[in-house]
Amino acid sequence: MPLLELDGARYPADASETVLDALLRHAVPVPYSCRKGVCQACLLKSEGSAPPAQAQRGLRAGLRERGFFLACQWVPRGDLRLARADNAQFLGNAMVVGKELLAANVCRLTLQPSRPFDYRAGQFVNLRRADGTVRSYSLASVPALERRLEVHVKRYAGGAMSGWIFDSLECGGEVELLGPLGDCVYRAGRPDQSILMIGTGTGLAPLIGIARDALDSGHRGEIHLYHGDAELQGLYARSQLQALAAEHRNFHFHGCVSGDGPLGGCLRGRASDIAFAEHPDLTDWRVFLCGSPSMVHEAKKACYLFGAALADIHADPFELKDLRHAPAHGATEARTDRRD
Amino acid sequence: MVKKSLYDRLGGEAAVDAAVDIFYRKVLADDTISRFFDSVDMDGQRAKQKAFLTMAFGGPNAYTGKDLRNAHARLVSQGLGDEHFDAVAKHLEATLKQLKVAPALIKEVMTIAGSTRKDVLGR
Ligand SMILES: Cc1cc2nc3c(=O)[nH]c(=O)nc-3n(C[C@H](O)[C@H](O)[C@H](O)COP(=O)(O)OP(=O)(O)OC[C@H]3O[C@@H](n4cnc5c(N)ncnc54)[C@H](O)[C@@H]3O)c2cc1C
Ligand code: HEM
Repeated sequence: MPLLELDGARYPADASETVLDALLRHAVPVPYSCRKGVCQACLLKSEGSAPPAQAQRGLRAGLRERGFFLACQWVPRGDLRLARADNAQFLGNAMVVGKELLAANVCRLTLQPSRPFDYRAGQFVNLRRADGTVRSYSLASVPALERRLEVHVKRYAGGAMSGWIFDSLECGGEVELLGPLGDCVYRAGRPDQSILMIGTGTGLAPLIGIARDALDSGHRGEIHLYHGDAELQGLYARSQLQALAAEHRNFHFHGCVSGDGPLGGCLRGRASDIAFAEHPDLTDWRVFLCGSPSMVHEAKKACYLFGAALADIHADPFELKDLRHAPAHGATEARTDRRD
Repeated sequence: MVKKSLYDRLGGEAAVDAAVDIFYRKVLADDTISRFFDSVDMDGQRAKQKAFLTMAFGGPNAYTGKDLRNAHARLVSQGLGDEHFDAVAKHLEATLKQLKVAPALIKEVMTIAGSTRKDVLGR
């Protein structure tokens, strides 16, 4: 049975258990969110044993070389000496300078970081609250176009962070920023390539950033953005996107309502179904898929079968914390060590 | 002169690269076997298809019969059988035909693939 050493104590792990699950089972407070190897909230450092590639996917080279890894992705075979890494990606605080409702359950936060940092449109940041709770939010802002950060937050019933952002976080309030993370970004080159973007819900946020970044970088190929939601009011950025389409002849916005409610001039059906019906051949296309994990994973396979190369398919699944595997005892998400 | 290996006569790694997307798309689109390949980690799966093709093309690879047994053991426990093996072989052959590979070379590839049946199916 592997022994995990952290903060001067040792915890036995079961043979098939991840480092994160073992620590949570022993009620060791460590940060985590998605448990799917995407959000990077559960970053830890291994002293000595080199982590497997699987547990370092998506990490910057500098972090990989120094033994940082994602605790939810490593099932250890032997004993490990671990160190906390809560601040390896710490960027500073950000102050809320704007908060508006975009739809009944979506709000836009505008954040002013305490110090500027480099990021690419389409990346995400982890927001951390004083009690240590961490969640990921994608950036809708474009560094070349605006100094402030913009995120779109959807309210989840019973959601710890989204509920707090809606109900308690006000202008002037602060959160901690970690990141920037993720690789769902526009890369210059091949400016005539056609681009397909599909987003559900707040999956629109990174797409707004990526589309504006591409247009600002002089992309000449056609860009088709399909935004889907169950209801018309969930297509919360219609007027902004229609204005963008009026400004750029190669940008096209398609709103898609999957439920039975009013259409308001949008299309009826799931965004991915409509997109694939209109573009059945994606050979040589670049694709961006953001939002609901099931949509993103299904659409990725479909895009590949319709001819897109895997290297041209960029996916950003908004993996939520999997409550079915959450430990029974609460209080596991708070972190113990504070930054000094 | 030493006879060039099958792998080199097929065109080496470039030939594998040309074949892998055609092959992986056929396999994913085939409802009788796609469940074995339908993983969230499509890039990882594609890399494994490349390993499969390199091996079938007689190219450099470090797989032993035992490795093939281990790699497919989980699938055998999920019901992997002759009909699935035949389907994969059929897609391999169709891929090579689509790439206009000479029939004599296709026959050599199919012989290599066929020789792994016992190990892949864990017999
Ligand atoms: C890479 C990435 C990017 C992301 N980008 C965005 C973004 O741009 N915008 C955005 O809005 N989100 C985004 N997310 C999702 C976001 O990180 C959070 O997962 C989301 O805000 C929910 O967090 P929460 O704390 O509010 O909910 P949690 O408390 O983590 O709850 C998660 C789920 O469980 C349900 N739940 C919680 N408690 C209960 C309970 N007692 N009973 C029943 N159900 C319950 C919630 O309804 C929710 O569905 C992203 C995620 C990832 C991984
Ligand atoms: C024709 C003979 C076959 C050969 C030579 C072969 C070869 C291989 C090789 C070399 C790998 C990579 C192993 C690794 O690096 O982990 C692999 C993986 C795989 N093979 Fe095959 N294979 C064959 C038939 C099949 C069949 C019939 C199926 C299913 C219908 C199949 C499904 C898979 C899957 C799903 C994987 C990935 C397993 C994983 O995710 O770990 N293979 N195969």
